[in-house]
Amino acid sequence: MKNVVALTQREFTTYIYSPIAYLTAFAFLVLTGILFTQNTLLPGEESSVRPLFFAMGSLFVFCVPILTMRLLSEEYASGTIETLMTAPVTDWEVILSKFLGVFLFYTGLVVLTVIHLLIIAIFGQIDVGVTLVAYLGLLLLGAFYASVGLFASACTRYQLLASVIGVGLLAILTFVTDFLSLQFPGARAVLGKVNVRGQFDVFCRGIFDTTSLIYFLSLTVFFLFLATKVLESKRWR
Amino acid sequence: MIEVRDLTKFYGQRCAVDHVSFSVEEGEIVGFLGPNGAGKTTTLRILTCYMPATSGAASVAGHDVFTESLAVRQAIGYLPENVPMYTDMRVREYLNFRGKLRGLEKSARDAGIKRVAEQCWLGDFIERPIQQLSKGMRQRVGLADALLHDPKVLILDEPTVGLDPAQIRETRTLIKDLARRHTVILSSHILPEVEATCQRTIIIAGGKIVASGTPEQLKDRIRGGSRLIAEIHGPTSDVAGGVEKVNGVKHVAHTSNNGWVRLTIDTDKNADPREDIVKMSVQKGWRLREIRLEVGSLEEFFVQITAQQQMRDADRRRGTARPQEGAQA
Repeated sequence: MKNVVALTQREFTTYIYSPIAYLTAFAFLVLTGILFTQNTLLPGEESSVRPLFFAMGSLFVFCVPILTMRLLSEEYASGTIETLMTAPVTDWEVILSKFLGVFLFYTGLVVLTVIHLLIIAIFGQIDVGVTLVAYLGLLLLGAFYASVGLFASACTRYQLLASVIGVGLLAILTFVTDFLSLQFPGARAVLGKVNVRGQFDVFCRGIFDTTSLIYFLSLTVFFLFLATKVLESKRWR
Repeated sequence: MIEVRDLTKFYGQRCAVDHVSFSVEEGEIVGFLGPNGAGKTTTLRILTCYMPATSGAASVAGHDVFTESLAVRQAIGYLPENVPMYTDMRVREYLNFRGKLRGLEKSARDAGIKRVAEQCWLGDFIERPIQQLSKGMRQRVGLADALLHDPKVLILDEPTVGLDPAQIRETRTLIKDLARRHTVILSSHILPEVEATCQRTIIIAGGKIVASGTPEQLKDRIRGGSRLIAEIHGPTSDVAGGVEKVNGVKHVAHTSNNGWVRLTIDTDKNADPREDIVKMSVQKGWRLREIRLEVGSLEEFFVQITAQQQMRDADRRRGTARPQEGAQA
């Protein structure tokens, strides 16, 4: 466990010093701000957090893989993976700490969006319960996205390729399945359940549903498991 | 301390290490010598648990590298070939991080960093970002990292590459000092390096061990006997014929220039006919201006033995066998 603390600390610190992380955070906050003022902060609009959270969920499809792309690809490319893997740490400790490092940074980013809610609170009333559940949803979504991004980064030494794989996988799970379930009503029963948006929307509406909770948690664990296996398999080549 | 049995590693179809077996005793410094691509780094990577072997077994400090990987990794300090490290960190920060990964407590880390900073002369740049360091400085940081937790076994892949001559000498001294408390295995493709630092040398070529032993043992095996060089002034045929009859002389080759005959004399094993040759030339009234014993260098042996290996490999590819020369010690 001490290893996980040390490794997580290092990963998180890297984000604090990384210009790419700041650029991503900047782009995310600017876009969120624009969407917020265009859709929610209008006279006569209901003071709901749902459209805001829904927009943030979509933005993270692109932002999270950019944050996660360096996690393992950089170690492969610079060779530091050799010093890491010959230190007395297990593969899953490495994966878990990388995940926690990016998740902490993500959480910080999410906390910054509280400012929008404060603005709503000036002009109207916000439902604290709904907002808290929506934030829980956003954290679960981020955890899942980060695990997919980490898996993509474990696959290749090229950071760009890792981000493309990450965005691709997330786009399939978020947008493509959404689109297909609208196009083919017959497949909706299955695709609707697989789709990230549907599950995330449950939280945005302020409903705490254990189905959706388990959906996000199990997929996160699954992709972390895959990332560990990919990392292990690198040794055998 | 290190036991390796029948270690084999295939990268796809290509065999990088071919049934290698050796062992290293506690406190020994062993040099792993071979041309580029001989399988040195691969062997070291298997020993450090970076990659598993295709077949065979290896154990370090009593732990199997495959089944007790974590215990092995705790017991070793490893300096990889290209000294990869996190360039965004400062030296002290990096060493502190590496110390945590080895499970050192705060006080042990601080003491360890202080010790290795002295041993590896990090004094001036310990607070600087690794990014700004030269290759030689990074090499020293890498060595400091390997030493940080006072490991039983040190595995150093090309430890003096990129250092300046003064640092190379100091590093060699450091490694020799270390051997009192650690077992050291280091690889190199530079002979004098291994000759200067190691008690025992293992020469590897084409993924196979072609020879091993102390530098003296290896030198003894270069040729049956040794070779003399002499320059004598006198009638060419008389000089050559006379020397050939001296006891212990096997064969004489000669060239002459302005009445000076330059002789290359192969001698029988353990024979040293220098005195007899000098006596003879005095008796005959020839002038003698040079006579010396040429002892084969490890370098020659290295070239000879790796060339043999390459020839055998080529023969094998053609499907003909050549008897094994230069058997293992």
